[in-house]
Amino acid sequence: MKQLTAMLSAPKTAAPPAVFARQRPRYAEKLIEASLLAAALLTILTTLGIVYALFRETISFLGEVPLTDFLFGTEWHPLFNPPAYGVLPLVTGTLAVTGIALIVAVPLGVGSAIYLSEYASKRTRKTIKPILETLAGVPTVVFGFFALTLVTPFLRDIGINVDVFNGLSGGLVVGILVVPTIASIAEDALSAVPSGLREASYGLGATKYQTSTKVIVPAALSGIVAGVVLGASRAVGETMVVLLAAGQRPNLTFDMREPVETMTAFIAATGKGDIPTGSIDYKTIFAVGALLFVMTFVLNMLSNFIVGRFREEYE
Amino acid sequence: MSDSRRRLRRPSHRPSDRVSRTAAAAGAAVGGSLAVPVDADHLPRATRRDVVRERYFKFSLIACVAVSLIVLAILLIDIVRQGAGALSMDFLNNFPSAFPERAGVQSAVMGTLWLMAICAFFVVPTGVAAAIYLEEYADRKRWFNRAIEVNVQNLAAVPSIVYGILGLAFLVRGPFGFGRSVLAGGLTLGLLVLPVVVIASREALRAVPSSIREGAMALGATKWQAIWHQVLPSAIPGISTGAILALSRAIGETAPLIMVGAATYVAFNPDGLNSAFTALPLQIYSWLSSPQEEFKLLAAGAIIVLMAMLLAINSIAIVIRNRYERKW
Repeated sequence: MKQLTAMLSAPKTAAPPAVFARQRPRYAEKLIEASLLAAALLTILTTLGIVYALFRETISFLGEVPLTDFLFGTEWHPLFNPPAYGVLPLVTGTLAVTGIALIVAVPLGVGSAIYLSEYASKRTRKTIKPILETLAGVPTVVFGFFALTLVTPFLRDIGINVDVFNGLSGGLVVGILVVPTIASIAEDALSAVPSGLREASYGLGATKYQTSTKVIVPAALSGIVAGVVLGASRAVGETMVVLLAAGQRPNLTFDMREPVETMTAFIAATGKGDIPTGSIDYKTIFAVGALLFVMTFVLNMLSNFIVGRFREEYE
Repeated sequence: MSDSRRRLRRPSHRPSDRVSRTAAAAGAAVGGSLAVPVDADHLPRATRRDVVRERYFKFSLIACVAVSLIVLAILLIDIVRQGAGALSMDFLNNFPSAFPERAGVQSAVMGTLWLMAICAFFVVPTGVAAAIYLEEYADRKRWFNRAIEVNVQNLAAVPSIVYGILGLAFLVRGPFGFGRSVLAGGLTLGLLVLPVVVIASREALRAVPSSIREGAMALGATKWQAIWHQVLPSAIPGISTGAILALSRAIGETAPLIMVGAATYVAFNPDGLNSAFTALPLQIYSWLSSPQEEFKLLAAGAIIVLMAMLLAINSIAIVIRNRYERKW
């Protein structure tokens, strides 16, 4: 194709035939390319904007609160007097909720993926996949409603003595929310395993269970792990469910029947108030946001790395 | 698992259990280079235990799928059960109110429509342009083009609340200073779904065979003429499906709007780009945070309205995909 364009625009010395008459540089073409590039650069600008916004305020926050106090302090109440800015309770809250979510989401997601890729008939798959996508499309505030008005009362009914706001129901519902993420990536990885492996395994007399667990899942393991890591990243960044159902009390505990506050919930709860720009309360949003951004960024990169590094090259 | 995986790649000749031999042999059959002597007497044969295990395994997999489906069903049924009572023409026409029986969602629905319009107006041209650049112009050997690609992937996984912080720092306050306006909200949502639109549009462009481009250029079209008159029209069904799905994600987002919008008690419709606003998800959130039980029922009603809008939007996407999608 390059040659073709070169041929069309090449004849410069000899008088070109009338059809190829246009030889002047095409400024409009260049202009269009430049504006397309500008649109693409906007995505870079977004990232830079996020990093700049987060870290500028964070640095100024760290000017007032020492880094060690922020990272390792066990008390978080910016609005008390004297205030305490130890982010640990928010981090443990986030990790605990994420942990519960993964306990729910990993078996459900990976199990669904194995079923869809290895067991389900074509027709079953065609019905179930759109339903899972529907689950992924439900707004998170709706899941928050679900956690608050249905899951928490249900937990009480079955004898788990949870508070009105508690980490458990938040975590369980975040888990359900993450299932489609894990299931869809894991299913892609499983279906990418060439059918030759499957057939060879069956040919040697292995059962479907043996083939799935000893051949197919190990071969797709990197994709499955990448899906789980991305799921964890989503759980860490999930806001509405925990904001509505887990409460807003920074709480350094792993007893998930109590209210806990996650990093995202703190950001949202503080961001909705009308706090003055430049105040320390305003800066806490950015400091916690920067920590959240770093955590999810590391998880996302890890997921990318796993896919890239351990991708099995078949064919 | 990791254990048998290692064997799959580099089989040991130690007599191991039947099953991992299966795996190793399976690898041998495909790869060819993994030589494992297959001993005919030791070929696996399904025993009674295997059959039982098979059944349990299949059952638990089906249970995994079933749990998700059942939860989704319970969720939908519960919302309809709780929210159906709130639905009425008054509910759609009224503004938020301190009295549950008089409260409605008109300003929230209008706010959501405004946000969608602003978001679409910003994100569709920008996202498609970025996709055209990456797919048609970018030389993948150049480092900054690869950087843009990786960056788009990463942006797609940044938590939505972080976009809220970005909107708060740059659009509401800071350099742009739009205030807590519907413009700031729409643009924040636009930035949030930009990666989705870029990725979907790239896929749509990639699906157009290169013979179309070559044909156009052979007839004397410039690169841009080929793209504008031939490639883009062929990719439009895919692009619009992706854009619509991105919009449906945008209107369900709450967390970024909490950061930029914040006003949850807005008893008027937006009347311009600088107007304060509320939106359906925000209204749902604010009603849910209220301690009064009546407001929780209103929240369920508003969820039905929101889900109905999402359903309508997604149906449009499906219709477009089914009607106009071309197989090359």
